[in-house]
Amino acid sequence: MAKNRLERSEIQKAPTGIPGLDDITNGGLPQGRPTLVSGGPGSGKTLFGVSFLVNGAQQYAEPGVLMTFEENAAELSQDVRSLGYDLDTLVAQKKLIVDYIHVDRSEIEETGEYDLEGLFVRLDHAITQIGAKRVMLDTIETLFGGLKDTGILRAELRRLFRWMRDRGITAVVTAERGEQMFTRQGLEEYITDAVISLDHRVHEQISTRRIRVVKYRGSTHGTNEYPFLIDRDGITVLPVTSLLLEHEAPNERISSGLKSLDDMLGGKGYFRASTVLLSGTAGTGKTTLAAQFIEAACARGEKCMYFLFEESPSQLIRNMRSAGIDLQKWVDKGVLKFHADRPNRHGLETHLLEMHHAVEVFDPDVIVLDPITNLMAVGTQSDVRAMLTRVIDYFKTRGVTAVFTSLTSSTQSLEATESMISSLMDTWILVAVAEEDRKRNRWIYVLKSRGMPHSNDVRAFEITDHGVTITPIGKGSPAVKPLSAGSGPRRIPAPTARKRK
Amino acid sequence: MSDNFDLRLYVAGQTPKAVRAFSNLRKICEEHLQGRYSIEVIDLIENPALGSGDQILALPTLVRRLPAPIKKIIGDLSNTERVLVGLDLRPRRPSS
Repeated sequence: MAKNRLERSEIQKAPTGIPGLDDITNGGLPQGRPTLVSGGPGSGKTLFGVSFLVNGAQQYAEPGVLMTFEENAAELSQDVRSLGYDLDTLVAQKKLIVDYIHVDRSEIEETGEYDLEGLFVRLDHAITQIGAKRVMLDTIETLFGGLKDTGILRAELRRLFRWMRDRGITAVVTAERGEQMFTRQGLEEYITDAVISLDHRVHEQISTRRIRVVKYRGSTHGTNEYPFLIDRDGITVLPVTSLLLEHEAPNERISSGLKSLDDMLGGKGYFRASTVLLSGTAGTGKTTLAAQFIEAACARGEKCMYFLFEESPSQLIRNMRSAGIDLQKWVDKGVLKFHADRPNRHGLETHLLEMHHAVEVFDPDVIVLDPITNLMAVGTQSDVRAMLTRVIDYFKTRGVTAVFTSLTSSTQSLEATESMISSLMDTWILVAVAEEDRKRNRWIYVLKSRGMPHSNDVRAFEITDHGVTITPIGKGSPAVKPLSAGSGPRRIPAPTARKRK
Repeated sequence: MSDNFDLRLYVAGQTPKAVRAFSNLRKICEEHLQGRYSIEVIDLIENPALGSGDQILALPTLVRRLPAPIKKIIGDLSNTERVLVGLDLRPRRPSS
């Protein structure tokens, strides 16, 4: 029995080159067979197919034929150019043929028996011309609107798919989603090897694209719905990284940017490629601490990326200058890069994919996400956790040290709020404000720091015009004992108008 | 009605449908367009590249190149009535 199992191998795959998709399909689409891609209008079907063809031509030496029934070649070429695909060049290099078949019922009179041999001849001609291995038919259901005799049409489509299969063509056939069926014309009846469904839905005014492998004969595949993104680099499907815990854990330590804080962290600071959570209520100095970390990293000659979800880069630079931290200098030197975005501009997946892209391009050593709480408000808890797990895993695999700031609402207990993400963090530092003698004093302590002896002290700190100073006296003062954010009267500022001093 | 009819018949090889379409077309033209038509038969098996110009999908396809506008009639042209309608030689019946 075991022998039988060994001999049963998965079918051959044609990689799509779409990041993430080849992971969930264990290698790509079934080679030499048609795959049905269904979805509503604007769900990304055409781009899916174009990616499959372009990547095939560019990366896998498999020329392709794009047969479109929808747009004409010039329009299509223009549409996909904004997504980074240059069809014209591929056509000139004889790696791609774009053929456009326009069918308009009002222009056609049907008189007697016919077949779709014209389509076969053209397809065959195109395939032979460049030795195509891949074909995309987009959207073949348009033919149902153009021809009256659906009996002939169905028989011919059946013949077409069989013909492509006999020729060993890997095909992507796009179709409109039907009300009851996967496709309006029930094409899933003809294409049974693989069916992929694309979806574009809007939840709380934020749109998310999702992809699902509905069916894949002869292969294992991920059955979940996976979010995907269409941006200037084409399609990316999450997961963009494997979900295995196999990244290296370096022993190297890097400074938090403050000698006194390093002292609290076993004397040496954070581990490289670890995750750090800085949490606290508004106006406690989280961003300043993060900026100190960035400045120290830049001074060491490391590349830093600062993701902002609340302030603009210039606002942050100005505010940090008042604390004696000059970030502009590092921006000018090209070692610090900002990436500012409104959290509600798009869905969580899109944010995380954009971060992913940004990190891939800039290749930073150190990252700050400020504040992660704004981002968390965009999705449901389980979504956020799943996404964060992936992005953190990605950071760690790349050896990136990541600092996340988290804004605790003033009515919550400081240590409870981040239960959702705290388990993903290696080091968790809390900052708080307590009122004593008509003065608001800042306090800092290390709640946890995996893999190192760390201080249990609650220490006072100040933000001065030359950065953060942590008072060396240990031993938590009785006044800080509550350390819950709810204690004492306090200004509750709007998150965007947070005052820093 | 003195326009010259410039007709093209697209086929793929000498299939029974193609042969039927050609003879039906000849008959219709002789009856209704005597002396003012020309037929060019294009075999896509020999010249596959010619299929894209007239957006050929189904076969056989008859294309009326002239007089304008371009008209397309698909099938073996066995329904004479519809061919005449398609060529604008007979008004379209309200029910069709």
